[in-house]
Amino acid sequence: MSNTNTYQKLVVDGLWKNNPALVQLLGLCPLLAVTGSVVNALGLGLATLLVLVGSNIVVSLVRRQVSDAVRLPAFVMIIATFTTCTELLMKAYTYELYTVLGIFIPLIVTNCAILGRAEAFASKNGVWASAVDGLMMGIGFALVLLAIGAVRELLGSGTLFADMQLLFGPVAENWTIRILPGGYHFLVAILPPGAFLVTGFLIALKNSIDHRNEKRAAAKRQPVVAGSKRIRTTEVAD
Amino acid sequence: MMHASQQPGSSPHTHTGRSTARVMQLVLLATLPGIAALVFYFGWGVLINLLLASLTAIVAEAAILKLRQKPVGFYLKDYSALVTAVLLAVALPPLAPWWLVVTGTLFAIVIAKHLYGGLGYNPFNPAMVGYVVLLISFPVEMTRWLTPATILDSGANLPGLSQSLALVFTSSPALDGLWDGISGATPLDLFKHNSGQLVEQFYQGEVLFSEGRWAGVGWEWVNLGFLAGGIFLLWQRIFTWHAPVAMLAMLLLLALIFHDGGSSHSLGSPALHLLSGATMLGAFFIVTDPVTSATSNFGRLIYGALIGLLVYIIRAWGSYPDAVAFAVLLANFAAPFVDYYTLPRSYGHERRRRATEQQE
Repeated sequence: MSNTNTYQKLVVDGLWKNNPALVQLLGLCPLLAVTGSVVNALGLGLATLLVLVGSNIVVSLVRRQVSDAVRLPAFVMIIATFTTCTELLMKAYTYELYTVLGIFIPLIVTNCAILGRAEAFASKNGVWASAVDGLMMGIGFALVLLAIGAVRELLGSGTLFADMQLLFGPVAENWTIRILPGGYHFLVAILPPGAFLVTGFLIALKNSIDHRNEKRAAAKRQPVVAGSKRIRTTEVAD
Repeated sequence: MMHASQQPGSSPHTHTGRSTARVMQLVLLATLPGIAALVFYFGWGVLINLLLASLTAIVAEAAILKLRQKPVGFYLKDYSALVTAVLLAVALPPLAPWWLVVTGTLFAIVIAKHLYGGLGYNPFNPAMVGYVVLLISFPVEMTRWLTPATILDSGANLPGLSQSLALVFTSSPALDGLWDGISGATPLDLFKHNSGQLVEQFYQGEVLFSEGRWAGVGWEWVNLGFLAGGIFLLWQRIFTWHAPVAMLAMLLLLALIFHDGGSSHSLGSPALHLLSGATMLGAFFIVTDPVTSATSNFGRLIYGALIGLLVYIIRAWGSYPDAVAFAVLLANFAAPFVDYYTLPRSYGHERRRRATEQQE
């Protein structure tokens, strides 16, 4: 592994600085389409995470054997394999959630966040680094899905964690938290326009946090000495 | 005085010396005949909507201007927020719950207007965004219109002021009974549910049409009111005739074709399409919005015709009875594209250029 890709950097990149959903704006189709509730978002987030880690590892393993000319079809085949595995797993264990998410599970194949990581990272780096990158990118993507899902579910129907039994079995039947009174509904948040709006607000929030941090960092770099009238040429004794 | 054919299409040209505030004041003034007709036929609910929307709009505008660190007083005085509020309020059903009006106005001012950069930068008409958000979010509340006052069943009356306030601000079940007596479908909605009767028969069976002159009791006068306001604005040269006339002409043309002589498959007479729903409000107050419409005169013809076409298509074959808001938003999308291909000939050039041509 080269020096530039320390594990810490991979973590920061995947979760924040180069987040696939908020910065690279990849995989927007499932991001916008299935985040109507927390359970849908979590289901798709976990499925994507699984595929991303698996494909990154395998792509990294075969990166010296696959020639440049055929690398894209090869990557897509690998991703499709993992997607099919995930799909079968979901059919076996969370069938209802699988029917709710429908076409968006097979469509993980076309999620450009996954092919993007295979091409940009896994095909150039070792297995461990690729696995960590896939894991962090996947978690970053899933967290954004979760955040959007939570906001839209709360705004749209006034609940959180409704129908979690689709993913976690009967244990989760009573996990629903009703935050706004019953009868409340605001359909636009659950419909597609709400997805765009909430995603836009999240990106704006991230940018404004970054902006503030940058300002703070800049302010730290140049400490202003109160009352100082002359330029100091020697170090300031504290 | 300049001849009409020499009238400039867009900036940069002569200036009338009218400020934005003056223009907005005239627009507000021009809505009065339409509002008067609405109040006459639908009662206090209309005024409560107007008041609620205006108050919300002013508070929201002031708050967000402050947040954006803009001069609050300066921008508040341009009346644009008030125009948005009024245009949204007249489109909402009277006696709608207060939160409906407030939500729609907040959406219009905060999201559709200021998040895109404020007056002059919003790609979509704020009032129509507010309306559409409400329509798709709260279909039940948004389609509960009233029966015009003149054809209410004997014994039923539109609620007075105190009862109207109670209906708007409380949701007590005791008042539910009141709704049955006064709520009723709009002409376009009613007509959409004509199943297989000749238009003439259908009109005779429905009081809303049989008592009306052209397009349903009340609604025809509301539309004529907005038409009068629109003509006043045209006379004052607030906007050019191109977009509204193109829209109405397209609507008329399609209605003539598909009216089908009033058969059982008729999609509505030209009078119904021109004088019902939000046609005139849309044509003269929404389509003419200088920010969100096309810029050149030729572009405005295309833009207006596009809205007329979309209104007709959605009304005739869509699932909503009226379609002005959807049509306007779709055309707002297309307006920059229309501008792109309809650049006017600029002074000193032989012919007009496409925006795609290389500058030499």
